[in-house]
Amino acid sequence: MPDQNAFAGADAAPILVANGVTRRFGGNLAVDVEHVEIPRGKITALIGPNGAGKTTFFNLLTGFDRPNTGSWTFEGAELAGIPAYKVARRGMVRTFQLTKSLGLLSVLENMRLGATGQLGERFLPALLPFLWARHEAEITAKAMDLLARFKLDAKADDYAASLSGGQRKLLEMARALMSDPKLVMLDEPMAGVNPALTQSLLGHILALKDSGMTVLFVEHDMHMVQTIADWVIVMAEGRVVAEGLPREVMGDQAVIDAYLGAHHDTDLGTLTGQLAVAEDLGAPEALVERIEEEIGDGAGHETEGAGR
Amino acid sequence: MLDWTFIPLTLNQIISPQTIAFALAALGLAVHFGYTGLLNFGQAGFMAVGAYFFAITATRFDWPLWASVLAALVGATAFAFLLGIPTLRLRADYLSIVTIAAAEIVRYTVQTPDFSSFTGGSDGINGSEKGFEALDPLPDSVYKVGLVPYTNDDIWVIVVGWALVAVAAVFVWQLMRSPWGRIVKGIREDEDAVRSLGKNVYAFKLQALIIGGILGSLGAIINVIPTSLQPNNYGTQTTFFLWTIMLLGGATTVLGPIIGSILFWVVLGLSDGVIAILATSHALPLSQVQQGPVRFIIVGVALMLLVIFRPQGIFGKKKEAYFSA
Repeated sequence: MPDQNAFAGADAAPILVANGVTRRFGGNLAVDVEHVEIPRGKITALIGPNGAGKTTFFNLLTGFDRPNTGSWTFEGAELAGIPAYKVARRGMVRTFQLTKSLGLLSVLENMRLGATGQLGERFLPALLPFLWARHEAEITAKAMDLLARFKLDAKADDYAASLSGGQRKLLEMARALMSDPKLVMLDEPMAGVNPALTQSLLGHILALKDSGMTVLFVEHDMHMVQTIADWVIVMAEGRVVAEGLPREVMGDQAVIDAYLGAHHDTDLGTLTGQLAVAEDLGAPEALVERIEEEIGDGAGHETEGAGR
Repeated sequence: MLDWTFIPLTLNQIISPQTIAFALAALGLAVHFGYTGLLNFGQAGFMAVGAYFFAITATRFDWPLWASVLAALVGATAFAFLLGIPTLRLRADYLSIVTIAAAEIVRYTVQTPDFSSFTGGSDGINGSEKGFEALDPLPDSVYKVGLVPYTNDDIWVIVVGWALVAVAAVFVWQLMRSPWGRIVKGIREDEDAVRSLGKNVYAFKLQALIIGGILGSLGAIINVIPTSLQPNNYGTQTTFFLWTIMLLGGATTVLGPIIGSILFWVVLGLSDGVIAILATSHALPLSQVQQGPVRFIIVGVALMLLVIFRPQGIFGKKKEAYFSA
């Protein structure tokens, strides 16, 4: 259930604070975030239509891209300009919109790769197994634990390439947890996942919060957001146009505009999904009808592009 | 009269120093490409750098053997830094462009007359084997293996060379089953995924480039000792022979490049012999001058067939084939 007091409580200091972050691609200002805070220990959803700059913002925060201006702090420490691998080591681990499970490694090796501080990852100690064999056994035990939680333990020795799309999403999430991160950033964890698996993914995300982690995730589907998010940040055209509790945000005129308004022709995601959202949001009757018409004659739009 | 003695003579390629040299260099290439995914098209350049650092320090400065070998390793490492620092942050293609060009730059530079007091110009360098042969424990004698007579010094190179191959094979095998190997194999597939897990991808790629380059330079030393240093042995054809050897045996295996090198030189020797016989008996309309280049056609066709029909090589696992046709 959504937490009605996202910012209440003693440890309410936000885990991540960003200020004046901009990223320009040529003449296009893809990200222009003046100020945003991610509440600690909560599940925050970052939503917005395609092209809103969500993934770009993700890439900036995690060091996979460099901003033109701006700064942000994670756990109070400045993080701008820090390379991606160091960001991950500080406890801010991400997944990708297009899943990056490593198909030529076994599922278990994928998991082990997520562990940190393994001495055997350094070149010379790597040649002397007795230095790191014990740690490797601990890592393996932890990996098998996590795999069991994600119901992938039977697949441990298979190549990750043999997993289904949804299982790869699970593997990527499980792998990110190997380093015991403080902030888990999931880029469209539900994209391309079948409904049954979606339920279990939602369960896993809630479990992350219960174990004390903070979660930030990008999502299109408003139902998911309403089900699990404690806090919602809405982006459109690179800016944060609204933030707040899920229920409040859904009724915000700026959000309705962003999703359904001016750019409704260019920003179509799944039309059916949009219809559901439109109804949820209490959009004007005329608009709902218009969408229904388009579903009728636009079967080609049914399959949602995996992203941008 | 047809001369079939090339067949027993070719079998000596199984143990020849040339086979050893290419086995080591192809193993280095497997570290680069097969395990880490680095497109190095300049392995001949790493060999050349190793060969020249070894031969110049041994002959021009009379350094002892260990110091010359160390110089070759340092040279290969420096070459890896030189090529890797500007390119390894970029997309994979840039490394391939830079390495193929750099290898040619090395080959042309050492042949410039201005440097010939050091490099010997296009004649190369003779006599770098002294330090090595001084350590030869075998009594002066001539040993016959098959039809081929070997001096005790020849045998000494072959023994040390194969011992080196064994050590290198165990080294690469252990490295690739360690957590270090896990990371480079991850990088081969998707470096952003590895980066997102807190690994310094750039440092691992540089380390892999150095390790493979060092194996190449060790191979070059084994190549130089029993003969002499010839700059034209380190042209692009050497690099593509190495690619063929690696892909033949299996790019993601340890034994592949070694067995691949043996097979490659035996088959190439046999095909050279057969073509010579067919040409002299006028079964093939080839002049003596035309016979030589036929081997390049054969290698080229073999390379294409391998990549199309068996990208995993002889020993590789189909599922781990790095590129699939």
